[in-house]
Amino acid sequence: MKVAVIRFPGSNCDLDAVYVLRNVVGLETELVWHKDFNDGDFDAVILPGGFSYGDALRAGVIAAYSPAMKRVKEMAKEGKPVLGICNGFQTLVESGLLSGALLRNDCLTFICKWVTLRVDNTETMFTNIMERGQIVRMPIAHNEGRYYNDAEALREMEENHQIVFRYSDDNGRLTPDSNPNGSVENIAGICNLEGNIVGLMPHPERASEQILSPFKTDHGRLLFESMINTIKRMRRM
Amino acid sequence: MTIVDGVQVDLKPEELKQAEKMLRKKPNAVEVGMIDIMWSEHCSYKSSRPILKLLPRKGARVVVGPGYDAGVVDIGDDYVAVFKIESHNHPSAIEPYNGAATGIGGIIRDILCMGARPIALLDPLRFGSLKSPHSRWLFKYVVKGIADYGNCTGIPTVRGEVEFDESFESNCLVNVTCVGIAKKGDIFLAEAKYPGDAVVLAGGSTGRDGIHGVTFASRTLTEESEEDRPAVQVGDPFTKKLIIDATLEILKTGFVHGLKDLGGGGLTCASSEMANKGGTGIDIEVSKVHLREKGLTPFDIMLSESQERMLFIVDPSGVETVTGILNKYGLAWSNVGKVTESNHVNVFSNGSLVAKVPAKLLAEAPIIERKVEKPSYIDTLQAVEKPPMPEDLSEILIKLMASENIASKEWVYRQYDHEVGVRSVVKCGEGDAGVLRILGEDKGIAVSSDCNSKHCYLDPYNGGAGAVAESCRNVAAVGALPIAIVDGLNFGNPEKADVFWQFKEAVRGISDMCKIMQIPCVGGNVSFYNEDEVTKKAVKPTSIVVALGVLNTLKNIITLTFKNVNDYVVLLGETLSEMGGSEYYYSIYGIEGGIAPKVDMQREKSTIDLVLSAIQKNYVNAAHDCSKGGLGAALSLMSIKSNHSIEIDLSKINMGNLRLDELLFSESNSRFIVTTPESNVDNLLKLAKTRGVPAYRIGNVSSSSRVVFRYEDNEIVNCDLKDIKTAWEKTIPSFMGR
Repeated sequence: MKVAVIRFPGSNCDLDAVYVLRNVVGLETELVWHKDFNDGDFDAVILPGGFSYGDALRAGVIAAYSPAMKRVKEMAKEGKPVLGICNGFQTLVESGLLSGALLRNDCLTFICKWVTLRVDNTETMFTNIMERGQIVRMPIAHNEGRYYNDAEALREMEENHQIVFRYSDDNGRLTPDSNPNGSVENIAGICNLEGNIVGLMPHPERASEQILSPFKTDHGRLLFESMINTIKRMRRM
Repeated sequence: MTIVDGVQVDLKPEELKQAEKMLRKKPNAVEVGMIDIMWSEHCSYKSSRPILKLLPRKGARVVVGPGYDAGVVDIGDDYVAVFKIESHNHPSAIEPYNGAATGIGGIIRDILCMGARPIALLDPLRFGSLKSPHSRWLFKYVVKGIADYGNCTGIPTVRGEVEFDESFESNCLVNVTCVGIAKKGDIFLAEAKYPGDAVVLAGGSTGRDGIHGVTFASRTLTEESEEDRPAVQVGDPFTKKLIIDATLEILKTGFVHGLKDLGGGGLTCASSEMANKGGTGIDIEVSKVHLREKGLTPFDIMLSESQERMLFIVDPSGVETVTGILNKYGLAWSNVGKVTESNHVNVFSNGSLVAKVPAKLLAEAPIIERKVEKPSYIDTLQAVEKPPMPEDLSEILIKLMASENIASKEWVYRQYDHEVGVRSVVKCGEGDAGVLRILGEDKGIAVSSDCNSKHCYLDPYNGGAGAVAESCRNVAAVGALPIAIVDGLNFGNPEKADVFWQFKEAVRGISDMCKIMQIPCVGGNVSFYNEDEVTKKAVKPTSIVVALGVLNTLKNIITLTFKNVNDYVVLLGETLSEMGGSEYYYSIYGIEGGIAPKVDMQREKSTIDLVLSAIQKNYVNAAHDCSKGGLGAALSLMSIKSNHSIEIDLSKINMGNLRLDELLFSESNSRFIVTTPESNVDNLLKLAKTRGVPAYRIGNVSSSSRVVFRYEDNEIVNCDLKDIKTAWEKTIPSFMGR
């Protein structure tokens, strides 16, 4: 079982993801320079956070058109797990693998803080060991994290269970106060129809060890352990 | 200003004469330009060097002391920490966004070129009052510049401090510290030791930006300074991130013999300092330098301070490997010259020699002995009368918590990515110091930057000592042993005897305190000329100290939040009537004077040792240094952060001749508030007694929602915690927006 973390020029959470995958969840993980990425070598791929290509034009847009992303699309088509964190999420949206757009935070500044999330879909390859309605805590750190989609698309996504994480209060209520960036319907993370591609703005790799959490939680691990669970299942098939 | 060979220089006529004598000829335009920047205050430390000699630089843990790009200290288990402080005051006062951003860029390169991975940034800042629109503009864009640049490079900004005071109205202070971690054997020195080595310039292209940035920083700002805006460099954090990744990869090849970043003084500074340190010379062919624009003269190229550039001294057999890595990251490079035996920096343009200057002449500018004279304001201000005793101390406490200097700084640190790197164990707002773990080890470092400019103004000696004391207290409060400091010294015009007196006193204070604490000062930065030419007003002297501490385990880290209801609250240390420069005097009465807090240095050390020992023995559940806003502010903050409240009986504390308002708000040094469970309170008090540190059991953590201070049966303060919290949270957003 081997996972790739792709490093684009300007990625900066690549080493963090590699550290957590190798040292916390104990998975064989390779840090791959985007030009050297070969999709056939891996069971899953993670697009890490950061500022790929310095956020030139728009966050994630240049990486979205890189040859590496063509190979990520191949993996996605084969049904392998693909996770985009923060800038990785922005890249997935820009490449069309996920629906919608990520706009500038409504407060117009960068926000780094811990948020509370409600898990709304436990059928994805990255949430299948979580419970529906479970409250999890992770930090966000972004300038452009305000999720947007039009009403029609949102209705379809809702029907197809494509909304995976929502910003909520401790009781799972979707309050304006719990929404840090003005995302429509408090959306923090989504998936494709098949549930093998997940993108989210919060950073699970920063929330996978109790020592890093102000709440002594390690909810971020659940995403990576769900992924391991998925790969094991796929291998048995 | 003097004109030489058509070039305007800042060198004084007598300095020029000295240079001619050392050079044994009249310098040409390129040569005089190179000497001019290297002999600027910013590059040469010509005024400050004799005073900085006072600082203790040696110690068992010092691997590399002052004089290199950053200090290196042994933190045990084969690891070293590398840290340094820089200022970017002048550029930030003119163009806050790029000024602050490029300040970060420079300090990151300093850490990188010692061979260490940068893992944390700290940003001590000073602005005028937020009531001023100009200060709000500076504040907003300095923070944004730090955020946009720092966040992009993937180095977390874990700590900082902000003070607001009218003296910084037109001269804001923007200091920045970077901390790196390396294995002991991986440390590099910026030296060019081996003749024949290649000189490779990598990264950003060279343009006209920043020409004369250092001479601009070595003058006071005037109305015309706006025209100096081209002397402010423009940063590119994306290229910086690539440089970090590429440099760390290049260093692993073993072909690099030395490297240095190009900061102030550009190619001239980097080449002359490396040659001088290595006892060699360097030949540079300027026509090989990759340029941003056409038409740059050898003068421009040697003086440009364009950002994101590194100079590598490379074994000739490794040039291909090194440049191959630069190509991988899409970074431009040029092989611009070689190390020679000549002891000179020789500059060629298309093969013809255009400048020839001894490396030593450039790197070791002659020292200037400055006059010192105690300023007259000090005695006047120290003699001001006490304000009357206020009637309602509850109201005063809430006002104080809402003051600009005490109010929550979440608006600032929320804009900084303080978590990237998965090392930030104690984050902004959680403890007295930022704690970073060493990945894969049960080990960490703690860092804190501190200075009270108002104290420094009234008493620079105790202000300097107090900055060392406070930063060491903050590091100790999380359970880390302070092992070294760096200092960022920000003052007015050193040519004025009273300013130079402030400088000398502050350095003396820092030095004496370091000696008592037995910790070295391994690096620093001096920024002079922080003075408004129009109003003739200098900034309050600001000697920022960054202390670095070691945690030998991550299992016993202490934060400032109360852990359990009913835990005992213990005050360590003595509170004295030293109200000068206090936030209470300033924000409630607008009083600037009084006697500023002194530092009883031996007492300070025993108190810090006591706290460390009590933490080690597991007596302590929460710890917080007692400083700005005194006991009242410290206990209120602990309550706000933990949503528990307190009930305190002030009569338990040795009052001496103190008034109740003084007891609550005095900013005396050498004090901590700690909480301890009932099972350990006697042990803690006993331990304090054996260490000779006064300790008072002043109350308990309570489950009520009210912050209560009594004196025996009389209620002195009784506030709703929610009101205190709201007041504390809303001040900065009310000026700056959400």
